[in-house]
Amino acid sequence: MSTQNLLSVNDLTKEQSLDLITTAKYMAAISEGPNRKLPTLRGKTVVNLFFEDSTRTRISFETAAKRLSADVINFSAKGSSASKGEGLKDTAQTLQAMGADAVIIRHSASGAAARLAASNWISASIINAGDGTHEHPTQALLDAYTIKNELAADKKDLAGIKVAIVGDILHSRVARSNVLLLHKLGAKIKLVAPPTLMPVGISDWPVEPSFSLDDAIADCDVVMMLRIQLERMNSAYFPNEREYSRNYGLTKNRINALKNNAIIMHPGPMNRGLEISAECADDVKSVIVDQVKNGVAMRMAVLYHLLGGARISESDIENMSEVSAGGR
Amino acid sequence: MSKYLIKQVKVLGEDLVDIAIENGKFSEISKNIADSGFDSKNIITAGSKSAKVALPGFVDLHTHLREPGREDAETVESASRAAIKGGFTAITAMANTNPVADTAGVVEQVHHLGKQCGLVDVFPIGAVTQGLQGEKLAELFAMHQSAAKVQMFSDDGKCVHDPLLMRRALEYVRSFDGVIAQHAQDPRLTESAQMNEGKVSAKLGLTGWPAVAEEAIIARDILLAEHVNSRLHICHLSTAGGIELIRNAKARGVKVSAEVTPHHLLLTDDLAESYDPIYKVNPPLRTNDDVIALRKAVADGVIDIIATDHAPHPQEDKDCEWAAAAFGMLGLETAFSIAYLTLVKSGLMKLSQLVDVMSKNPAKIGRYPNQGLDIKVGNSANLVLVDVESEWKVDRNMLQSRSKNTPYDGRTLPAVITEVFTHGKLKLKNGEITK
Repeated sequence: MSTQNLLSVNDLTKEQSLDLITTAKYMAAISEGPNRKLPTLRGKTVVNLFFEDSTRTRISFETAAKRLSADVINFSAKGSSASKGEGLKDTAQTLQAMGADAVIIRHSASGAAARLAASNWISASIINAGDGTHEHPTQALLDAYTIKNELAADKKDLAGIKVAIVGDILHSRVARSNVLLLHKLGAKIKLVAPPTLMPVGISDWPVEPSFSLDDAIADCDVVMMLRIQLERMNSAYFPNEREYSRNYGLTKNRINALKNNAIIMHPGPMNRGLEISAECADDVKSVIVDQVKNGVAMRMAVLYHLLGGARISESDIENMSEVSAGGR
Repeated sequence: MSKYLIKQVKVLGEDLVDIAIENGKFSEISKNIADSGFDSKNIITAGSKSAKVALPGFVDLHTHLREPGREDAETVESASRAAIKGGFTAITAMANTNPVADTAGVVEQVHHLGKQCGLVDVFPIGAVTQGLQGEKLAELFAMHQSAAKVQMFSDDGKCVHDPLLMRRALEYVRSFDGVIAQHAQDPRLTESAQMNEGKVSAKLGLTGWPAVAEEAIIARDILLAEHVNSRLHICHLSTAGGIELIRNAKARGVKVSAEVTPHHLLLTDDLAESYDPIYKVNPPLRTNDDVIALRKAVADGVIDIIATDHAPHPQEDKDCEWAAAAFGMLGLETAFSIAYLTLVKSGLMKLSQLVDVMSKNPAKIGRYPNQGLDIKVGNSANLVLVDVESEWKVDRNMLQSRSKNTPYDGRTLPAVITEVFTHGKLKLKNGEITK
């Protein structure tokens, strides 16, 4: 990667994104091998700075960093901005003083990661693990990797693949990052939501907005369901969860309308019975568990590129396999 | 009291004249006034390169002085210093202090602090509702009858959202020719709002502050003011749609006036892409189309005045993530330069018209005695000398304000203010405050 940070999918070129996918594939292979650990980041300190609860994302990054032999520190600073506890600046300066090489930040405020990177508070690499309703670039990368694995393993990118992203687009950092990345990789994107959950001002996004899940679902290769946050229930975005579920929830009837080889995705955690029914979540078309597994591999790839320095090559991979084997 | 002679300046940028000031007033204005009779240190000669222009002192109807309560951000004195550097001879202290300026006691305190500092006239604004809570009217008449003689009332920072309270406030102040200055923001439509709702907010994932939240209140209040025949002033107009509502109301004879801030005449919402909260302000920076419409509306008179909405904040309130940061930016020291850049240099207005919107009209709306008057023999000598051909570079560390939250740090701006007289007393000389 050209930059030392990963704040937005926009920090990546198409080529770099595809490189990460390639690397992730090797990382996955290693992870499935007998010795799952690489020495690449030995001596490096990676901090998981989580201002917002997210056990899944945190343990995914933690696992990834540990498989690369980094020292991992989990720093939970929940509620800091709202409760005026420890602020972003003080936390950053503390981590700087402790010599962090990378800071993986999850924050409820959009732009928190960008703010951290632009300030002179800290010199570590900053990885955005979700900033408010802005972006979640590693989620998009693992989603693209999953789609490529499932539907385009032998193609160079995702050209022509039709993706429907369904649900609370307005508040979704997953949707924003996926729109940017999947478009970059050649996919065709439909956004499906009730008008209240579709952002104002998306006329220049490379997407086709739709208010009907049934219309959108018929010809898509990927249906990506987004989580409905419980706090949206009382803000008049829709009358109640049953009405939402009837119109925008993924049900068995709806997946029967999907193409044979189509896949079902969800960034998790799911509200079973709301945006996705339990039987859909567990359907053969569902790759939701694969997403979690691919998340570790992709985050290893990101850490490898950001902290390991060099772009990965075939010979690196061979060396990696040797190291892996040698440590057996 | 000292006598002053100003040699060879262009009043409103027109012909070269000499101006004599005596006993707080303009005593003579003519082609050539003899030096004899003036102390040589009280003779101000023209700039080296080109003639300075002489303008009536500027009047700001929207200034946050933060005293009492947040003296770490600004005081009446530091704001007065910032004002005089910016060419203002009168400023208006907004009511959202702590305690809130909702009683005669608080407005008299602010008024007194202004007098004590003595650089500019400080006119306090009174709160419309007790504690800015939007529930019960504050003692408006008592504030008017106090030594501060409050004429203008505002809950600025918050909207007087309850339509009945707004109607009553408008009606009530009629008895003493008062005016209600409304911060037009529907609270429900702007819950957790962070920036203008549009393409940029969609991209950045920052909660939108839609134009309609401003325009809906403007429309309602115009109808209320029309119904009860009272004076309404719209604070910091920021949208193209609001302009049309006011244009229409004025054509019907509604007593409505409107202000625009310098920053809404220059800056746009795409600056938020940096996530730097120095650009976080309320109402938010809007689109380029809004900026163009606002400039035109000033030029064609729909917008009556430029007001700074000078909003100092301590560093920690901007040194954080966007959502946690305070709304507001400094304005006093850069206001004229930004107005000159966006309205005069752009060719939309003449300098004499800019004086109307920065001095004459605000003094009229605020009913400020002896402010906003022409440079004419017998009038109180509130005077600014500006070198409009020179430029200056904004340095946040060099400002007079106690806070540093200017969005223009490092920018080079036109027009350097060199001298300011307040009621005939020289308060700024060669760009330096005299006391």
